[in-house]
Amino acid sequence: MTEAECAECGATLDLADDLETGEIIDCGTCGAELEVIDVNPPVLDRAPELEEDWGE
Amino acid sequence: MQIGLLYSRIRKDEKLLLSELRERGHDVTKIDVRKHQFGLDGTTAPVDDLDVVVDRCLATSRSLYATRFIESYGVPVVNSPETAEICADKAKNSLALAEAGVPTPETKVAFTKESAMEAIEAFGYPCVLKPVVGSWGRLMAKIDSRSAAEAILEHKATLGHYEHKVFYVQEFVEKPGRDIRVLATDGEPVAAMTRSSEHWLTNAAKGGETEAFELDDEALELVEKASDAVGGGLLGVDLMETGDSYTVHEVNHTVEFKALNGTTDVDVPATVVDWLESKAAEKTAAEALA
Repeated sequence: MTEAECAECGATLDLADDLETGEIIDCGTCGAELEVIDVNPPVLDRAPELEEDWGE
Repeated sequence: MQIGLLYSRIRKDEKLLLSELRERGHDVTKIDVRKHQFGLDGTTAPVDDLDVVVDRCLATSRSLYATRFIESYGVPVVNSPETAEICADKAKNSLALAEAGVPTPETKVAFTKESAMEAIEAFGYPCVLKPVVGSWGRLMAKIDSRSAAEAILEHKATLGHYEHKVFYVQEFVEKPGRDIRVLATDGEPVAAMTRSSEHWLTNAAKGGETEAFELDDEALELVEKASDAVGGGLLGVDLMETGDSYTVHEVNHTVEFKALNGTTDVDVPATVVDWLESKAAEKTAAEALA
């Protein structure tokens, strides 16, 4: 388990070991969607907004 | 094998695939399409040594262009840009299914509010209005009355992107509260499940409840035909039961499978990776013959 700071509210997040760049995680404190920018060490940024053509 | 994974967002589906690929010792190159350029004679993405590239772009537009460019560099890509182009557009999807003799809901495309209203009135109520590009059940409308139709057409024409001025009108299929999602590789089913909801939209993304489903011979044949109709690949074929038969309403080309993996006994990522390995082997065999 590693830690990183929420880019929105600054809270500390506990992150799983199998983290991937590009993965999206939710901040348990403020609910923001965060994107994993780097894994070593973990860096989080605000995730891109949902776009019209996203999906399967 | 050397495998590339095109992405801009890693969902649970991609994590499952990455984990299976790495456990088998494959060399995986993750390619974030937001960080690269794709030129006429090459790309900044490291694709040269790859045996196969898997398109897992979340954005349809990126999927369409990135796969087209990567194929132009002579790198095998799944799904192919041809398949992506058909599946990404509901109108092309419907045409391909109909041309292949696959039963699919009656559909009309109109380009003006007036013409769309004529189509809606001809179908009668309820009928369905869908965006030609879109996923997860977004912006789908079940139209129950003329006044509702007028309002929705006005909104789409006024507020929407130009694609929303392509009015895709479809008959409403009275399904038994569920539809069927089949994950297939080149027409061969990996696993299937039903998605049930009291709401007319049963998408797993909309919270539909999922349950494993056993395909009968007719469904198996339709899945194969529907896959062929769009050019094959790793596909999500959506069927609805129509009493004693089925209708195929669409085929998805960047299919999500996490819900299926949790619903059925099948190890979905393992089966998908088996298929990817066979794709890479085809490339190796072709190179040996060349």
